[in-house]
Amino acid sequence: RTLRAGKLTERVLKLFIATGKDEVFSLIQALNIQVTVTPVLPTRALRPDLTSFMNEWRTIFSRFHLIIVKDPDLKEELKIPEGFNLDVYKKPDIDRVVGTSTSTIFSGYSCRYFGYLVSRKKYIISVDDDCYPVKDNKGILVDAVAQHITNLTTPATPFFFNTLYDPFTEGADFVRGYPFSLRSGVQCALSCGLWLNLADYDAPTQALKPEERNSRYVDAVLTVPARTLMPISGINIAFNREVIGPALLPSLRLGGEGKFRWETMEDIWSGMCVKVVCDHLGLGVKTGMPYVWRNDRGDAIASLRKEWEGVKLMEEVVPFFQSVRLSREATTTEDCVAEVANVVKEQLGSKDPMFARAAKAMVDWVKLWKSVGSSTSSPGA
Amino acid sequence: MNEPATAIEAAVAASPLHQLKDELDIVIPTIRNLDFLEMWRPFLQPYHLIIVQDGDPSKTIKVPNGFDYELYNRNDINRILGPKASCISFKDSACRCFGYMVSKKKYIFTIDDDCFVAKDPSGKAINALEQHIKNLLSPSTPFFFNTLYDPFAEGADFVRGYPFSLREGVSTAVSHGLWLNIPDYDAPTQLVKPLERNTRFVDAVLTIPKGTLFPMCGMNLAFDRQLIGPAMYFGLMGEGQPIGRYDDMWAGWCIKVICDHLGLGVKTGLPYIYHSKASNPFVNLRKEYKGIYWQEDIIPFFQQVVLPKDCTTVQKCYIELAKQVKEKLGKIDPYFDKLADAMVTWIQAWDGLNPTSASFSNGKTG
Repeated sequence: RTLRAGKLTERVLKLFIATGKDEVFSLIQALNIQVTVTPVLPTRALRPDLTSFMNEWRTIFSRFHLIIVKDPDLKEELKIPEGFNLDVYKKPDIDRVVGTSTSTIFSGYSCRYFGYLVSRKKYIISVDDDCYPVKDNKGILVDAVAQHITNLTTPATPFFFNTLYDPFTEGADFVRGYPFSLRSGVQCALSCGLWLNLADYDAPTQALKPEERNSRYVDAVLTVPARTLMPISGINIAFNREVIGPALLPSLRLGGEGKFRWETMEDIWSGMCVKVVCDHLGLGVKTGMPYVWRNDRGDAIASLRKEWEGVKLMEEVVPFFQSVRLSREATTTEDCVAEVANVVKEQLGSKDPMFARAAKAMVDWVKLWKSVGSSTSSPGA
Repeated sequence: MNEPATAIEAAVAASPLHQLKDELDIVIPTIRNLDFLEMWRPFLQPYHLIIVQDGDPSKTIKVPNGFDYELYNRNDINRILGPKASCISFKDSACRCFGYMVSKKKYIFTIDDDCFVAKDPSGKAINALEQHIKNLLSPSTPFFFNTLYDPFAEGADFVRGYPFSLREGVSTAVSHGLWLNIPDYDAPTQLVKPLERNTRFVDAVLTIPKGTLFPMCGMNLAFDRQLIGPAMYFGLMGEGQPIGRYDDMWAGWCIKVICDHLGLGVKTGLPYIYHSKASNPFVNLRKEYKGIYWQEDIIPFFQQVVLPKDCTTVQKCYIELAKQVKEKLGKIDPYFDKLADAMVTWIQAWDGLNPTSASFSNGKTG
């Protein structure tokens, strides 16, 4: 496929060799495109036209297989430019694969999970459609895909902090005082990228600082230490589907969940689960580069009303996940997710029906993954 | 871009009113002259220096004109501490912790005499002390990781999903800076990569999460003496000791465990200094040799340390830690017995020299 696209560059060749097999990577795009324009405040009109998005990413995406999932709530036809190797899934496809009653879990930003479900590749890279490639401090275009893959294919070091950040990066190493027995690291299951311009702030923060844009390019990748939790944004992430696939899941849906990132918490919730599972299975999570450029979109003030719910939720969610301890018997990702679901139901279910629904959604997801996800999920390293 | 900056008018003109100049001491261990201070003059001259002279006390250390300082050599240390001077290392930069003990200020900045002013990617001279002060005066966030690093930095904030109840943060006890040019590698790594230089300027400060240990380097370090001072003991190294180049490491593991227990923060990242001198890797190897093996046991020890709830001051935490060192590490080597005793001696010496601030409770200044 790569040869067909005429893109067998030396770098791509090295990647093939590095994986040890002839595996190619999947790219998923979550499409959450607004049909309507907010009438009151000035907002850009968004159309289901992916042309500029795909063209901006063309040099980086075109050598990979793409999976495009259309938000089942989106009525208009998609416009996708030529020249890509892709599969497009729309509501009828989703219905066919999971059934019409289940397909509702894939509405809005959660449509990306359908792509994760049906992919058969080892690695998945997922980028929101309002993000574009960025240039680094030297003015060179950042190949976000390559950076994510580097992150996923080099070890993570969650058990001891390295003050020079990623020791496997060129020009860096482990510092004095770093135990040698910990220097081989563990497998990296998740790579969390960052955003220039519109950072992933919540609505209150963005509403308070409407002019604030992130212009700080931090030239680092680091492993998030074991047992340390963080908000994992779904805007720009990549993961090893074989190892951690079932743990990225659509489950928590806010009552007023909307079509802007400010109005969701689904990725934050999913990210907490993933981190807890990774910590339990001895897998690594990295954060930092690559950066993408995130365009201005939506209105923080308008979203305030909807996101307030999510903001309040985190007060419960964070201490809860910090206290979760999985049993020794949970040795696969599916088992871990099922156990987390159980604890969610027991400890949070009574506090808010949203949590009870989330717990059920997690259980359903594991079943769905087993039947549709089908590629064997191996136990963590 | 990464050569040491010369002292420039621009730097002086650009730097703001020197913050905390009456509340901060700069501690420098040395055996040679202090010519390196010339380059630091625009940033450091307003501050008081505590120079700890290691090695031969009869030697005279030349300090550039215009700096206000007090100097202590081995004779002074022996005179001031009497028999307790046994806890202060000789023929090792670990002796610098004597400077922490004898200071009367709230903050300490310590720097090695082969560390110069670095330049940021735009070519501007970095005022390392100013950045350390920023780090110490703004809160830390050890309970939940912020993916945009220091939320209190200009142009940054807490990301979506960060609980509002955790956004006030906690007091920052330690600010750990980094180094361009010669990186702080151990001897084996130095031998394998003698030419590697750190040229990566990472524009970030971050809080090291609670429960996570790190290798603390004493080359470019600042801390709040009132919050964590008594735990900044740099151990027994150098002459008569089986180990060297683990002084700052030891202190780093101790302070992190205690900060985690007391709810204090430790930051790492900016500022960078320019580290000019690579020490001899063969000499280093001999010093570090035992440490490289011992750290395999030391790290799990610190990772599993639990301090009882009634340890509400730094001193109490430290004494308890010394007790556990003796119990659990004593069996590895008699050195740890000696070290545990020295840790207790250190606290006694500290309290002796700092009687009024003998007790601090969680994060509150004495």
